Amino acid sequence: MPYQVGSFAVGNRLLPPEERTTQADPRRANAITSGHRACRGCGEALGARYVVDSALRASEGRLIAANATGCLEVFSTPYPESAWQLPWLHSVFGNAPAVATGIAAALKAKGRTDVRVLGQGGDGGTVDIGFACLSGMFERNDDVLYVCYDNEGYMNTGVQRSGATPPAARTATTEAVGDEPGNVFGQGKSAPLIALAHEIPYVATATIADLHDLEAKVERAMGMHGARYLHVLVTCPLGWGAEAHDSVRIARLATQSGLFPVFEGSRGDVTAVTKIRRRVPVEDYLRPQRRFRHLFEPELRTDVLARIQARADRNIERFGLL
Amino acid sequence: MLSQLEGSRAVAETVARCRPEVIGAYPISPQTHIVEGLSTLVRTGRLAPCEFINVESEFAAMSVCIGASAAGARTYTATSSQGLLYMSEAVYNASGLGLPIVMTVANRALGAPINIWNDHSDAMSQRDAGWIQLFVESNQEAVDVHVQAFRLAEELSVPVMVCMDGFVLTHAVERVELPEPDEVDAFLPPFAPRQVLDPDAPITIGAMVGPEAFMEVRYLMHAKQRLALEAIPRIAGEFEARFGRPSGGLVRGYRAGDAETIVVALGSVLGTIEDVVDELRADGQRIGALAIRTFRPWPLEHVREALAGARRVIVVEKAFAVGVGGIVGQNVRLALSGLDIEVSNVIAGLGGRPITSASLRRALTSELPPLSFLDLNEGLVARELARDTGAPAENMLRDLAGRA
Amino acid sequence: MFGVRFHGRGGQGVVTSAELLALAAFRDGRHAQAFPLFGSERTGAPVMAFCRVDDREIRTREPISDPDALVVQDPTLLHALDLSAPLVLVNTAGNVQAPGRVIIVPATELAREHLGRPLPGPALLGALVAATGVTSFGALEAAIRERFAGAVADGNVNAARAAHDSVLAHA
Repeated sequence: MPYQVGSFAVGNRLLPPEERTTQADPRRANAITSGHRACRGCGEALGARYVVDSALRASEGRLIAANATGCLEVFSTPYPESAWQLPWLHSVFGNAPAVATGIAAALKAKGRTDVRVLGQGGDGGTVDIGFACLSGMFERNDDVLYVCYDNEGYMNTGVQRSGATPPAARTATTEAVGDEPGNVFGQGKSAPLIALAHEIPYVATATIADLHDLEAKVERAMGMHGARYLHVLVTCPLGWGAEAHDSVRIARLATQSGLFPVFEGSRGDVTAVTKIRRRVPVEDYLRPQRRFRHLFEPELRTDVLARIQARADRNIERFGLL
Repeated sequence: MLSQLEGSRAVAETVARCRPEVIGAYPISPQTHIVEGLSTLVRTGRLAPCEFINVESEFAAMSVCIGASAAGARTYTATSSQGLLYMSEAVYNASGLGLPIVMTVANRALGAPINIWNDHSDAMSQRDAGWIQLFVESNQEAVDVHVQAFRLAEELSVPVMVCMDGFVLTHAVERVELPEPDEVDAFLPPFAPRQVLDPDAPITIGAMVGPEAFMEVRYLMHAKQRLALEAIPRIAGEFEARFGRPSGGLVRGYRAGDAETIVVALGSVLGTIEDVVDELRADGQRIGALAIRTFRPWPLEHVREALAGARRVIVVEKAFAVGVGGIVGQNVRLALSGLDIEVSNVIAGLGGRPITSASLRRALTSELPPLSFLDLNEGLVARELARDTGAPAENMLRDLAGRA
Repeated sequence: MFGVRFHGRGGQGVVTSAELLALAAFRDGRHAQAFPLFGSERTGAPVMAFCRVDDREIRTREPISDPDALVVQDPTLLHALDLSAPLVLVNTAGNVQAPGRVIIVPATELAREHLGRPLPGPALLGALVAATGVTSFGALEAAIRERFAGAVADGNVNAARAAHDSVLAHA
């Protein structure tokens, strides 16, 4: 497939129709239709649209979604309006994986094997408060594709730290003050690796910088049954302090620096990685985000930058990204 | 079919006859035998089609029920005590979303201190959650009311919790007439959801509702529950007509018609109370009892009518509102406002302390203050209060163990 | 109404004994209510179980404080028990002092002999039935066979019968 620069080209007209992306198809579901209340430049809105449209195409329109509380849920359903063009249920913050399990169970009991189930949540609802339910869903191998839109914080409630917030990042509960400004080192968890440890059929990471890859991974996941997990890095311009027009570029810098490894795995093993095309130092990724400003002003914190670079180096080595 | 079996097993057999399609199950004493029974019924194909899911917590159990019910399946779960608290967020969510989930609560005390024995504090903690709350007096009634509960829930789109006393009923082996499967099928048609997640007709369920509409939504929940005041007796009547025995309903009097003193209570203690009423009647006392079968919605008019002729009302209850007093007593006083009737609230049986006929006899034939605690160790609590401070249970240990 | 209180330790089948008696009474067409009183479940801890038998519906739910018969499955509990009941059956080989009628039943031995395991319940029930007629022996046998299968059922029934016949012989 030809290399895409940025997202200027949504679909490639040179390709035969069946090889084109979902978004290139005028018959796409447009499952999150226009009119939702997301911020401009919202990475989650972009990612979710791609994910849900692909899942709908793969399931031939037979899909039910369970959504955790969070930005996506709030901006998509400003009562009495809803942006969703598929059957969609929001219960509470921490139970989206369990609700999805329940929907899947109902469909199975009713013999409706043609209808598939998608669980969705942000990093807070997935990695923290929803973690027990997520692990339960994995452990039972319930037939659900769960997608985590990771913007590395509780953004809906005003940018607080979550278990997915990276070290040194400023949030409202990890301000850039004190001995260790921003989020501390030595905490946090990798939901994709934990998902992998459950030995479920499919685990993958993706970002909004490579939307064709994201679509392809959704399609691949929908081609299987059992518990599947997709972890998507989505830029939050507001929470990260980035320009709205930079959302895709920043997500790309996350992958090209090595800080966000893009890979696929199955039954406990990594099976494929997306190699870094043009490696960049972590500074290139951190500079455009005001949540990392304290690493550059009033003084350049080479010590902290070195620690972050070491994390990127470790990912590159661990996953074989170069 | 007449059987002699454990209450939990009777409930499991009956719930199976109600054909739930999805069961979310997490164990907690003293409900475990119910979900164990259902698990085996599903595994052996006696309950099919049904997905039995061993969830990772009670919160997950109710969440699974929410998803399944929204997708159009008849769903069921069971819990007690701490488990009910742990799922509380989802309990409120289920009623707010109008999902007709049926749940058995095997009533057990809430900690701390941890206590596995029977009282009503668990169910009472959820009394404002928008669920219909039914209390049964015996295992036969537990069986009968579960069948009615599914009908009721699905007719109104309101979840129903069937409360039966943990250990006292769940673990009691007694005579039960199990309804025949075909009779249950005739009484309980397949679930026809009012709204359902269906790709053929997509809808959004669970949107945020702001100040401009929230009050109306909540009012409608209240109005829906009030509809149950008509639906419950009707469904109970239909059940009696078909199965030949009375059960459920809103309230039931026992020798209360001409009574001067009426004892009000919920659940299995009514059996003991009825025995005591008979003894006191034999002694010439004009005493009766009123069983509250439906606690939520509160059948205010029915309670008022049943008690209006009494001079004295004694509410015996197995829970209380810390810092205030009785809960059922509060609701009874509301029903009797304006009437010149003395109401005494007796808190009894907390944490599984047996309510004996001897203690009841003593209490019912004494002058009672507005609020009292049955069989309280007055000396022990007086010493604790004199000594003061810190965690009551842990400090009390010193006195109970006989140390200075 | 006839009330029996069973005492023993967790793992000795105390709850099962109460339930078997209730099952037997049911088979005789009588009303029966059996229920346990225990702490957090673990073997070795003292356990109590109750069984009421009557010809009319049993409504009360309180523990039996005034039993017509007391069944003690574990003699190591004797020192902690109030043995004032009209009839006391004790699983032991030794002597027991109690105000009412005492029947010694070597139930553990009978169980080992007939069942191969030291579970004294059915033997004590056989003795209880013989001493009081609270149920028929036939009903007790049917209850045991409903609860247990094959050789285990046979063993329990035989232990019960041995104790039952022994009590009748000494009556």
